[in-house]
Amino acid sequence: MSALHDTFIVFRSELALALRNKVALAIGLIQPFVYLLLFGPLLTQALPAAQNPWLFFVPGLLLQLGLFGTGFAGFNLIPDIRSGFVERLRVAPVSRLAILLGRLLKDSLILGLQAIPLIVVGYLLGMAANPLGVLASLILILITGVGLASLSYVLALGLPNEYLFAPAVNSLAIPLMLLSGILLPVDRGPVWLDWLAHLNPLRYILDATRALFTGALDTTAAIGIAVAVALAIVSVAIGSSLFRRRTA
Amino acid sequence: MGSAITTSGLGKTFITRTGPVEAVRDLTFEVGKNEVIGLLGPNGAGKTTTMRMLSTLEQPTAGTATIAGHDLRHDPRGVRQSIGLVAQSGGSRPTATVRDELLLQARLHRLSDPMAQAETMMKAFELTELAARPTMTLSGGQRRRLDLAIGLIHAPQVIFLDEPTAALDPPSRNELWGHIRALRARADVTVVLSTHHLDEADALCDRVLILDHGKLIAEDSPARLKQRLGNDVITIDAGLRDDQVATRTLASIADLPHVRDVRRTGNELRIGCENAEGLLTRVVLTLHDAGIDMHGLQVAHPSLDDVFLALTGHTTAQER
Repeated sequence: MSALHDTFIVFRSELALALRNKVALAIGLIQPFVYLLLFGPLLTQALPAAQNPWLFFVPGLLLQLGLFGTGFAGFNLIPDIRSGFVERLRVAPVSRLAILLGRLLKDSLILGLQAIPLIVVGYLLGMAANPLGVLASLILILITGVGLASLSYVLALGLPNEYLFAPAVNSLAIPLMLLSGILLPVDRGPVWLDWLAHLNPLRYILDATRALFTGALDTTAAIGIAVAVALAIVSVAIGSSLFRRRTA
Repeated sequence: MGSAITTSGLGKTFITRTGPVEAVRDLTFEVGKNEVIGLLGPNGAGKTTTMRMLSTLEQPTAGTATIAGHDLRHDPRGVRQSIGLVAQSGGSRPTATVRDELLLQARLHRLSDPMAQAETMMKAFELTELAARPTMTLSGGQRRRLDLAIGLIHAPQVIFLDEPTAALDPPSRNELWGHIRALRARADVTVVLSTHHLDEADALCDRVLILDHGKLIAEDSPARLKQRLGNDVITIDAGLRDDQVATRTLASIADLPHVRDVRRTGNELRIGCENAEGLLTRVVLTLHDAGIDMHGLQVAHPSLDDVFLALTGHTTAQER
C-alpha cells in the first residue's frame, strides 16, 4: 500500500537523523534517572513495607518518560516548519497521513530505546517485575507515546506562535503527571483530587502498567490498554485532520 | 507544442481579521512546454501566492488551473508528481546532511535507484564534497544549489523557482543563473520563476508576466515589452563644431523612420527611437556624409524597470 510505504520512507529518514543526535538521546534519559536515583530512596521510606517501591516507581517513570519525551515531540517540528521542510513534503506526492505517522513511529521508537535502560536499572535496584508484564508495559507505553506525540504535533501546528509551545506543553504535562499518580499514589489524597484524577487517561494507563509489572493481566490492565489505544486513535485522528487541513 | 500550465480566472482571497484580502485576482495565462517564464512584480504583488497555488500548497478560491495535464483541484497528487518547487525558504532539515535530503527526496518520488540519483545530482550541482555536511552549515549559494538539486532530482516537467537568487552574492547568483540556463536547454522542462530583479527576468526568461496588486497587468517577452515603450536611445559623442551643419544634420536624422526625437547637448547627440540597431547604420552614414567626426557611440535599451514604471506608475522598488 502506498501510504504505508510513504510512512516507512518518512520514518526511516527521521529515525536516521534522531539516532545520529546522540546528545539529545542522552538528555532524554537523564530526567528519569534523576528521579530514580534521587527520589526513589525517599519513596522506599514513604511506602508501606509490604509494597515493592520499584514496582510502584519504575512504571511511573516509564510513563513520565513517555509524557515528557513524546510530549515535546512537536518541538522538533518547529525548525522543520520554519525551514520549509514540511512544505517540501506537502509538495511531494506523499500521503498526508504518512507525513504524520512516519514521525510518530520514530518518536515512539526513540521512547522505547530510552525506556530499556530505565527498566534494566530498575531490575538492578531490586525491582521484582514479571518480564512478560514488563514487555507488555513497554508496548503499552509505546502506544501511549504515539498518542501523546500526536497531540504535541497538534500543539506545534495549532498554536499561533512557536514561543507558546514550551510553556503550553509544560502547563499541560505537569498536572497530567501529578494527577496520574506517577510520583505518589493519587488515591490517598482528598476525594476531589481522586475524582479529578479519574478524568486523566494517563492514570488508567499507569495503573495498567503497574498491574502488568506484577504479572497481573486483570481488568485494570485491560482498561489501561483500552484507554491507551483509544488515546492513540483519537490523537492521530485529530493530528491527521489538522495536517490534512493545513496541507490539503 | 502543448501547454505545460493553463490557468483561468485563478484567484486567492485570504480571510484575515481585518477582512478579506485579495492576494491574486482573475489570473489567466498559459505557459508552453519548454518555456521559461518569469513572474515579475514588487513584494506583495501575488507572485508567491500564485506559485503556492500552482504547486498545490494553497487552495485557489476562484478559477481553475491545469499543470502538466493534471487538474489542480481534482488531481493534486498528479500535479505533485509532475512538479518541483524551490521555495524561498528552501526546505531542508537543519541537521540533515546534503545526502540525507537528496536521498529522502528520491525515495519520496519512488526513483528506482535513490543512491545513484542522489550522487548524480550532487555531481551536477557541485555538492559531492558537501555530501556529509549538515544543511545548516552550508553557505547561501551552496544551499540554493542543494534546493535546486532537491527540486529537480525526480526530473519534473514543471519546476517552480520562488525568488531563486534572493539574498545571494553576485558570484553565487551568476552560478545559479548558469544552472537555470542549463534547464532551459533541456527540451522537457518548463520553468516558472518569480523575481523582483528585473535584470534576472531579462537574462533568463522567454516571457514575463507582470503582476501588480494581485493582477496580471502585462505579458510578453522581455524584448517586446521594452519595444512597446519604444524608447531606445542612441547617444553619440560627435565633433559638432559648425552649428549650421549640426542643425541641418539633426533635422535629417529626425526625418529618418522610427526616430522619435533628437536632442543636442554640446557635443552630445541623444536620439530617441524604436529599434536602435536597425537605425544605427543610417545615423552613422548621415553623420559621415555631413563630415561630422564621431568619438563615441552608445545604444541603450529601456530596462524592465522603465517598463514597470510605465505600466504601473510606480517602480518595483516602491513597496505598496
